[in-house]
Amino acid sequence: MSRIQTTFEKLKLHHRKALIPFITAGDPAPAITVPLLHALVEAGADVIELGVPFSDPMADGPTIQRASERALKHGVSLHDVLGMVAQFRKTDSATPLVLMGYGNPIEAMGWERFARHCAEAGVDGVLTVDFPPEESHEAFGHLQRHGIDPIFLLAPTTRDERIASIAKQARGYVYYVSLKGVTGAGNLDLSEIERKMPQLRKHISLPIGVGFGIRDAATAQAVAKLCDGVVVGSRIVQEIENATGQNVIANAGKLVGELRLAVDQA
Amino acid sequence: MTYNYPDSSGHFGPYGGIYVAETLMGALEELRAAYEHYRNDPEFVAEFAYELKHFVGRPSPVYHAKRWSEHLGGAQIFLKREDLNHTGAHKVNNTVGQALLAKRMGKPRVIAETGAGQHGVATATVAARYGMECVVYMGAEDVQRQSPNVFRMKLLGATVVPVESGSKTLKDALNEAMRDWVTNIENTFYIIGTVAGPHPYPVMVRDFNSIVSREAVAQMPEIAGRQPDAIIACVGGGSNAMGVFYHYLDMPGVRLIGVEAGGHGIGSGSHAAPLTANAKVGVLHGNKTYLMQDENGQIIETHSISAGLDYPGVGPEHAWLKDSGRAEYVAINDDEALAAFHNLCRFEGIIPALESSHALAHAAKIAPRMGKDKVLLVNLSGRGDKDINTVARLKGITL
Repeated sequence: MSRIQTTFEKLKLHHRKALIPFITAGDPAPAITVPLLHALVEAGADVIELGVPFSDPMADGPTIQRASERALKHGVSLHDVLGMVAQFRKTDSATPLVLMGYGNPIEAMGWERFARHCAEAGVDGVLTVDFPPEESHEAFGHLQRHGIDPIFLLAPTTRDERIASIAKQARGYVYYVSLKGVTGAGNLDLSEIERKMPQLRKHISLPIGVGFGIRDAATAQAVAKLCDGVVVGSRIVQEIENATGQNVIANAGKLVGELRLAVDQA
Repeated sequence: MTYNYPDSSGHFGPYGGIYVAETLMGALEELRAAYEHYRNDPEFVAEFAYELKHFVGRPSPVYHAKRWSEHLGGAQIFLKREDLNHTGAHKVNNTVGQALLAKRMGKPRVIAETGAGQHGVATATVAARYGMECVVYMGAEDVQRQSPNVFRMKLLGATVVPVESGSKTLKDALNEAMRDWVTNIENTFYIIGTVAGPHPYPVMVRDFNSIVSREAVAQMPEIAGRQPDAIIACVGGGSNAMGVFYHYLDMPGVRLIGVEAGGHGIGSGSHAAPLTANAKVGVLHGNKTYLMQDENGQIIETHSISAGLDYPGVGPEHAWLKDSGRAEYVAINDDEALAAFHNLCRFEGIIPALESSHALAHAAKIAPRMGKDKVLLVNLSGRGDKDINTVARLKGITL
């Protein structure tokens, strides 16, 4: 059983919802990422989405764009990110890690090589924002041959037949984008999520995580009630951006701890 | 025509496709369906033709640049005068088409990205013409380089948003326009200005611009007595080139030459010529194509004297035409383009856009080696009024 599956089944057994924080690898500096990952786990993260920095993050709002820019200033490459994962795995063999980013750095490395390195480093899933299933058959074939779950996005505008076809290819969990916009936007609509969830459940047996626009503990709690996992990205990245030097890990950990409490009370 | 690219999912061989986040898939499906429907709708086709004739001023003439050809001493150079269109470039052919589509799809708001500002102006123009709200995203560096066009857009009622992220040029403007679109998907139509982006944009923008070669095929026998030996057009994203190439694709006797921006020279690395430099294939802005990138797949900053060519990718159909050998691609450096700019001014009384000056420079390079009975057709894709500040600055003159 994969780490992602084990994690969600354990949560289900205890009637808990997954808390899935996102950080960008190498932000604010490469040396901070691995200790930060451990701190997030300690604060209550169930799964972590680790952003691979890209020069042209089209689906991201300004907060995650700046995180990408900070990481790229340190020259953080996909190869470096895989090294961070391997480092993290030395002392944590349980927490699932999902790489999230854009397709071009993977194209440049080559999908087969990437998938092999993912398996060696201990990556559990890959979410490629700009690779919809139509363009991904070959790429995701490589991932699955190496036991890496392709994680797919679903949107408010995704129609029924598409949900069904994505459900067939998805592994691990699916990520429902809770608003029309980029990451970190402020127009999340709870009733829209509530309305959409039965339509998603009709086709999807995997756990459903919801993210984009979850900016505080109260929203995280409300969203957790409706799905299986809550993804929080920009809010945490903002905390990292606003912290100074030593405080990065402590502040991000504190925020994730608060989110954990809120999600557990859902 | 026997040429039938792209396939139904927008692929030109291995290039093109739809590489976008799920949040945009719904809007692209809607656009694809609308375009498929209206491209063959007689009422749409008639209105498009009417607008091109009465609003844009088509057909644009083909002009024999006699004095310049004589000076060069070889092939006869003919110019397809897209610079004489309303708004001063080929860009308006496409914006009229997309705006008419937006109107039928019930979208009251249009957005666009722009580099040199020509596409922004062309979008602002049609938005005013059809009574639509218009927002144009423009790299902050380009806002500086192309200030006359910024003011033109504002006069036309558009909001111009300077984009401060990344390299602050065309690619970053495109990123920002995509972000706007995904946020305002219900009421907004994104008018992409080049033959790039996710399907159906490359095919749609090509089709709307293909009026250029449809006219040229009819005009050349009239003015030159025959079809040209070669057609030369500049390529940034590649919309004017696809427009002037399209109806010639099935005429193997006509060489098709795309001219990329060589900047400071291909060897310098400071250019915007992914095809000529044989850049690695990658994925950006919704399509797979040749892409200027580092070894880690990060998009690198490009350089060109002309803002309209300053783009790290190229339309996927050009990538395919390069691989298939139907078209050839070369690069012209900043200084060569500038020399051609001055020559056209002095010999023909025409101030060309710096983008088009790249195509002119290549014509000037090959014409002397060809016989006087040979015929070159250069797509003069835009006029150069917008570039006078740039040229003056290079000469150390303050206007």
